[in-house]
Amino acid sequence: MYSKDGEQYFIVDAHIALWDARPENQRNIHGKQFIDCFYDYHRNLSPEEEVWSYEEYLYQGGERLMKDLFDDGYVDHAIFQPAHLGAFYHNGFGQTEEAFALTSKHPDKLTYNHCWDPRREQQGLDELKRDAERFGLKGVKLYTAEWYGDSRGWRLDDPWNYRYLETAQELGIRNIHIHKGPTIRPLDRDAFDVADVDHAATDFPELNFVIEHCGLPRLEDFCWIATQEPNVHAGLAVAMPFIHTRPRYFAQIIGELLYWLNEDRIQFSSDYALWTPRWLIERFVDFQIPADMTEYAPLTLAQKKKILGLNAARMYDIPVPAGLDIAPVQQEAVSVA
Amino acid sequence: MIDAAWKALDEVMDPELDEPITTLGFVRSVAAEGEVLTVHLRLPTAFCSPNFAYLMASDAKDVLRGLAPHVVVVLDDHHDSDVINRGIAADSGFVGTYGDEASRDLAELRLTFQRKAHAAAMERAVRDVPPDRLRSLTLKDLPDSKATEALRRRRSALGFDTGPDALVLVGDNGVPLPPGELPLRLRFARSVGISIEGNAHFCRGLLRTRYAMEGTA
Repeated sequence: MYSKDGEQYFIVDAHIALWDARPENQRNIHGKQFIDCFYDYHRNLSPEEEVWSYEEYLYQGGERLMKDLFDDGYVDHAIFQPAHLGAFYHNGFGQTEEAFALTSKHPDKLTYNHCWDPRREQQGLDELKRDAERFGLKGVKLYTAEWYGDSRGWRLDDPWNYRYLETAQELGIRNIHIHKGPTIRPLDRDAFDVADVDHAATDFPELNFVIEHCGLPRLEDFCWIATQEPNVHAGLAVAMPFIHTRPRYFAQIIGELLYWLNEDRIQFSSDYALWTPRWLIERFVDFQIPADMTEYAPLTLAQKKKILGLNAARMYDIPVPAGLDIAPVQQEAVSVA
Repeated sequence: MIDAAWKALDEVMDPELDEPITTLGFVRSVAAEGEVLTVHLRLPTAFCSPNFAYLMASDAKDVLRGLAPHVVVVLDDHHDSDVINRGIAADSGFVGTYGDEASRDLAELRLTFQRKAHAAAMERAVRDVPPDRLRSLTLKDLPDSKATEALRRRRSALGFDTGPDALVLVGDNGVPLPPGELPLRLRFARSVGISIEGNAHFCRGLLRTRYAMEGTA
C-alpha cells in the first residue's frame, strides 16, 4: 500500500520475474546477449541512484525480491510472468521452482503464472493441464519470440496455439499475457506486429489478452486493435520507466492509452527485476500530463488508482481492502453465445 | 572515398525509425584499404529485429557498390551477425540468407514502414491547417517548411503524386481519404508519429548506453 497526501493506493505489480542469468546458467552467447540487453534497458532508463551493479542484476533470489517489492516497494500483490528461454539458459531464464515455492509461501502476496510453447504440440498441451492443477493457474505469459529447435518464433493464431487457448479456457486460465520479441516465423514479417493478438482476441472473447509493454514498439497498432477488442488490455512493463528519462513521451503513452482504450484496461508493472517498483510508484502518483500538452486531459486520482492496482486486482480476483475499490467506467463487453 | 561513402550512407534509412543510419549512429566505422571499402554497422541491442538489421546492411552495401571494387559491410555484435554477414557478403538476398525461416523478401515489410512514415509525415504537415480546409487541401497550399518537404519525400518513396495540385490527405495506397474518415485517420496518424519518434529516442539512448563513449571512425 502506498499513501500520499491522505490518499491510499492499492498496488498490484502485474509483471515480475525471478530470473537467473548468471554465467553458469547461460547455455550460449545468446544468454549473455539477452541479459546484457536487459541491463542496458535498466541502465538507460533508471535514475542514477537506482542503477544496480551488473552482478546484482544477473540474479536476485527470493529474499531480495520480497524486500524490493514488499518491504521497500509498496507492492500489495505481484504476479510472476516468466519467460522460459530454454535455448539461451540451461535451467531456463525464469526460475519456475523457486518462484512457485515463494508463491506457495506467500499466497496472499504472490501469484504464479506459467508459460507455454505451442511448438511442443501434444506433449506441451498435456503438461499445461498438469501445470494448471499444480500451480493453480489463473494466467500465462507467452513470449512469441522464443527460440525452439530450428524455429525462432511463433504466432498467437497458429493452429496449435489455438488448441492451447481452448484448453486454457476449459481449465479456467483466463488471463493471457503476451510479450512480443524481435524474432518470429516467418522472419520477413514485422515481429512486433500484433495482428495475431487481434485474431485470438476475437476468437476467444472470454479470455483477457494483456499485451505487455502496451505493444511498444508498435504502440499505434496495439491501440488500434484494442479499440476494437474489449478483451485486450495494456500492460505497462517497460513503458513505466520513461516517466523518468522522458516524461513527455510517458505522458503521450498514457494519453494515447486513455484515448484509445480506457482507464480500466491499463495495468501497472515494474517489470521487476528490470526495474524496482518503489521509485516508479512514487513518481507515477506525483505524475501529471504537462499543462501545455492540451491534447490530453489531466490524469485523475481514480485513473491512477485503477492503473496502479485495482484493474489487475479485478482481473485476478485479488481482494482489495474495504473502501479502496473503484467501479469500472463501463462494463466489459459480454459475449453472447 | 571515405567522404563519398559517408555521403552515400546518408541515404540508407532505418525503415522502422524513419531516419538515416548515419544520424542514428549505426555506422561504426568506414575504412578504405587498397580496393576494399569496409563499413561496420552497430545497433542499439544484440536483439534488434534481424529483418530490419538485414535491410540496413544490404541497403548499405547497395549504395556503396559503385565506390570501390570490393565493398564489405559487416554488422557487429548482433545475435544474427554470422548469418547476416555471410548473406550480405554473398549477396544472397533475404530468402537466400534465411532459407526456411523466410517466406519471401522484405519488400512488403519495407512498404509497411514507408506507409507508417508517410502517415506520420502527413499528419505533421497539416497540424496547423483549419479542419474545414483539410478536405480540399493540395500540396501547393502547404507552407514551405521542413514538414512539407518531409511529406513530399515520403510520398515520392511510395510513388504518390507530388505535383502542386495533388490532394494532401491520402491513405496508404495514395487514394484520397473519404472526408468522413479524416478525423479518425489523422488522429491515428498522430499515434503513428508518436510511436516512431518514441522508438527513435529509445534506440538512440540504448545505443549510447551500449557503446558508452565510443565514437565513430
